[in-house]
Amino acid sequence: MITFDSSILLWLLLIPFAGGLLAWQAERLSPNTPRWIALVTMVAFFGLTVLVWLQGDYHGEALSTAISGSPQWQLEFQRDWIPRFGISFHLALDGLSMLMLLLTGFLGALAVACSWREIENHVGFFYLNLLWNLGGVVGVFLAVDLFLYFFFWEMMLVPMFFLIALWGHKGANGRSRISAATKFFIYTQASGLLLLLAIIGLVLVHAQNTGVLTFSYDDLLGTSMAPAVEMVLMLGFFFAFAVKLPVVPFHSWLPDAHAQAPTAGSVDLAGVLLKTAGYGLLRFGVPLFPNASIEFAPIAMWLGVFGIFYGAILACAQTDIKRLIAYTSVSHMGFVLVGIYSGNMVALQGVVVQMLAHGISAGALFILCGELYERLHTRDLREMGGLWSRMRFLPPIMLFFAAASLGLPGMGNFVGEIMILLGSFKANAVVATVTAGGLILAAIYGLLMMQKAFYGPAKSDHALADLNGREKLIMLSLIITLLWLGLYPQPVFDTSVVSMQNLHFLFTQAALPVQPAL
Amino acid sequence: MILAMLPLLITGATAILVMLSIAIRRQHDLNATLTVIGLNLALFSVPFAHAVGPQLITPLLQMDGHASFFIGLVLFATLACSTLMHAYLKGYNGNREEMYLLLVLSALGAIVLIMSRHLASLFIGLELMSIPVYGLVAYTFRNRRSLEGGIKYLILSAAASAFMLFGMALLYAESGALNFGGLGAQLASAGIISPFALAGFAMILMALAFKLSLAPFHLWTPDVYEGAPAPVGAYLATVSKVAVFAVLLRLFVEVPVAHTGIWVNFLTVLAFLSIALGNLLALNQSNLKRLLGYSSIAHFGYILVAIIAGGALSLEAINMYLLTYVVTTIGAFGVVALTSSPYNGKDADAIFDYRGLFWRRPYLTAVLTVMMLSLAGIPFTAGFIGKFYIAAIGVDAKLWWLLGALVIGSAIGLFYYLRVVVALFMPTPGMRRMEADTFWGVRLGGIMVIAMAVLMFALGVYPEPAIELVQIASVAVFR
Repeated sequence: MITFDSSILLWLLLIPFAGGLLAWQAERLSPNTPRWIALVTMVAFFGLTVLVWLQGDYHGEALSTAISGSPQWQLEFQRDWIPRFGISFHLALDGLSMLMLLLTGFLGALAVACSWREIENHVGFFYLNLLWNLGGVVGVFLAVDLFLYFFFWEMMLVPMFFLIALWGHKGANGRSRISAATKFFIYTQASGLLLLLAIIGLVLVHAQNTGVLTFSYDDLLGTSMAPAVEMVLMLGFFFAFAVKLPVVPFHSWLPDAHAQAPTAGSVDLAGVLLKTAGYGLLRFGVPLFPNASIEFAPIAMWLGVFGIFYGAILACAQTDIKRLIAYTSVSHMGFVLVGIYSGNMVALQGVVVQMLAHGISAGALFILCGELYERLHTRDLREMGGLWSRMRFLPPIMLFFAAASLGLPGMGNFVGEIMILLGSFKANAVVATVTAGGLILAAIYGLLMMQKAFYGPAKSDHALADLNGREKLIMLSLIITLLWLGLYPQPVFDTSVVSMQNLHFLFTQAALPVQPAL
Repeated sequence: MILAMLPLLITGATAILVMLSIAIRRQHDLNATLTVIGLNLALFSVPFAHAVGPQLITPLLQMDGHASFFIGLVLFATLACSTLMHAYLKGYNGNREEMYLLLVLSALGAIVLIMSRHLASLFIGLELMSIPVYGLVAYTFRNRRSLEGGIKYLILSAAASAFMLFGMALLYAESGALNFGGLGAQLASAGIISPFALAGFAMILMALAFKLSLAPFHLWTPDVYEGAPAPVGAYLATVSKVAVFAVLLRLFVEVPVAHTGIWVNFLTVLAFLSIALGNLLALNQSNLKRLLGYSSIAHFGYILVAIIAGGALSLEAINMYLLTYVVTTIGAFGVVALTSSPYNGKDADAIFDYRGLFWRRPYLTAVLTVMMLSLAGIPFTAGFIGKFYIAAIGVDAKLWWLLGALVIGSAIGLFYYLRVVVALFMPTPGMRRMEADTFWGVRLGGIMVIAMAVLMFALGVYPEPAIELVQIASVAVFR
């Protein structure tokens, strides 16, 4: 068994970037070589992350040492970068980032696999952008120096912009994919600038207190600030994450971006990119500003509730199947927001499971939509109907993931949602009660989508091409993972318990108690 | 003292040498080579001149860290422009060699301007820098826009110089001193600022703001940028602004009353207007050179934020921003110049000309893309480091309104930078009118542009060496 030292973090970061460059240049050899290189890269990345996971001692025994509130890193890698400002190239791994990396590797490999036949033009450049996007996301999950974090936060958007703008589909009402890509880019970049200002503000406040200029996360935790300053800085962070999560009313980039992105782009966007916002809140937004977060918690939770209902209701009204799933993403991420600001262990563990499960289920749904599009050449639900009789494997699998999306027990989404509800009930009973109503809406949009697409009279009689071997393999791995997450989530709990314990400790430590009713 | 004057002497010698060489034998490659060799020698002499230590060279000029940094930057940019000129002029049927002569003369003026510590040398340097540029802008005079740009720049610049002279006269009348140090001392000891001094400063600042194309003195910028041949556009956007900014910084440091009190409001208004107008007016542009002109207005608005903030970090921030700005602008204009090379009557400046460039010239497109991203301030690029410095300074000085303008301005900027980037990747329309040479990468200009892109990434990913370089360039206050 190979043991990894801290330099594995640097390798994990570099592998997607190097693979992307190789894939780009390999297009000269043949159109297929980039595909294989990208696949091998992401599978190797995923394999390495699994090995690192198995190496880490995630059994919940480190619980006792976690009570102190400071992060416990499994691996840490640091090099000086810009000493002038106290900026270092600092990567670190703990349970939460481990799980996020696993998700990235898994969905990344599947994204490469599902775009095998879909992308015909400029294949090498496509995989360059896809892998560099994933590399940027890995950087976001690993960075614990705030400057480095911001670096990757902004950098990961550029390849996604190209993915949507160059290989995207036309939108409804003739909206172009360029405008969707531009909207996505500008929303996230502009909010990122606010994040930059908040980061600089935090660093300067810390420098004023201690006389040391540093961007390191470990050092900045526990900076004492005036309440007003803390609230302003927290809002700067929150705003950037709110645009990405997305929190209504900053969500309007999401349906367009999803609807018009190529399948791999959608899988990447829904599965991984949205989770960077959840991760950002868990890692930076809340722990750096615990008092302000507790004060802000009721507002955040009600924003989450609003998002759940808004996303669900709008999902029911969609005629484009990808937009429908995009709105369900908004709805599911509302659960995440409610869970994060509930602050107790049950809710926080539920948030982690919900992020993983949503990544898998939304990714799967988008892959299935892509496969439907390849066969039908339309995403319009009004053109579909009675597809159950025309294909053999695709409809049941889609039913499986639609059931997962609405929270059927036995799948990961149920575990996440029920834990969030239980946790948030303890924090704010009214919010939890209202949120539970969102589950009903989830059932409605899930079944509505299935009904419109697969049941009812068929538009035509001839059978459609069924899933081929590659697609079946992708779906099988997703099904198994989601079932495993739903039936035996204990490994996930063990891995994330220490990180969540730190967060919970910060919540309980801050003086203000959470108001039970609003 | 000769050692300290080396850059100045060598550049002057190059100008004379090129002039003689043109008279003796008119040959494009020979004269271009002479220019490049001369400018390289001058650039290499800068560390030697700096090692001698801060020195007065006649009461008019001063050589110190600040001067050596900016002279190095200016010579670097001039060299880059001369390589672009070489590729560009291949197709020009007319006298080609005089362009290099004018370039070197203008660079000489820029060096004088950077080294000046006296109102007289400020004026001499400014004029010596600007007058050849009139000729450079109108060089391709058969193109109507070029001639129009040149004449516009000539007349407006002459008016600005007149304002400057009158302002200088008022200041002399008020303080009795013409060197910056004496001026600062006299005005500080006077206590109250008299209306004459206020008016004098206002006029000088207005003239310098004109040269820096700060709003509302910016109206010449888009027309002149559009009319000037692409390498001259690069020169105008970098050297002429950097040299004026260098002398402005020295003026502000030696005459503190010029940037405190009421002047902070004045500069704030200038900054706001520049950021707002620069970004908003660029939104509708379909001409790449005009777009770059408007974006440079916005960028100098951002730099003003650092001046308004003041403090120890501000000089470092300004120098860093100017360094990244020069690298980025040369890269962007360089691509425009290479696409328009060899010259055949018209520059490739419509964004439409760049549609689908990626599928024909991928590396050239990559350079332009990263330059656009750098102008927008995306991490990984040099432009982000500059923007980070400005944001850090702004937060430190609590300039919330200006920071808000920075955020909104950057967001608006993303619109038009992205529009250019998207155009590069579009599928090619049927007809292509403008094409860079197939082996453009081998030509010196092409190599220079690729080197700019590499330098830009290096600055963006590992800025520490540049930061150390910039910290050397501190202004030595010399009485």
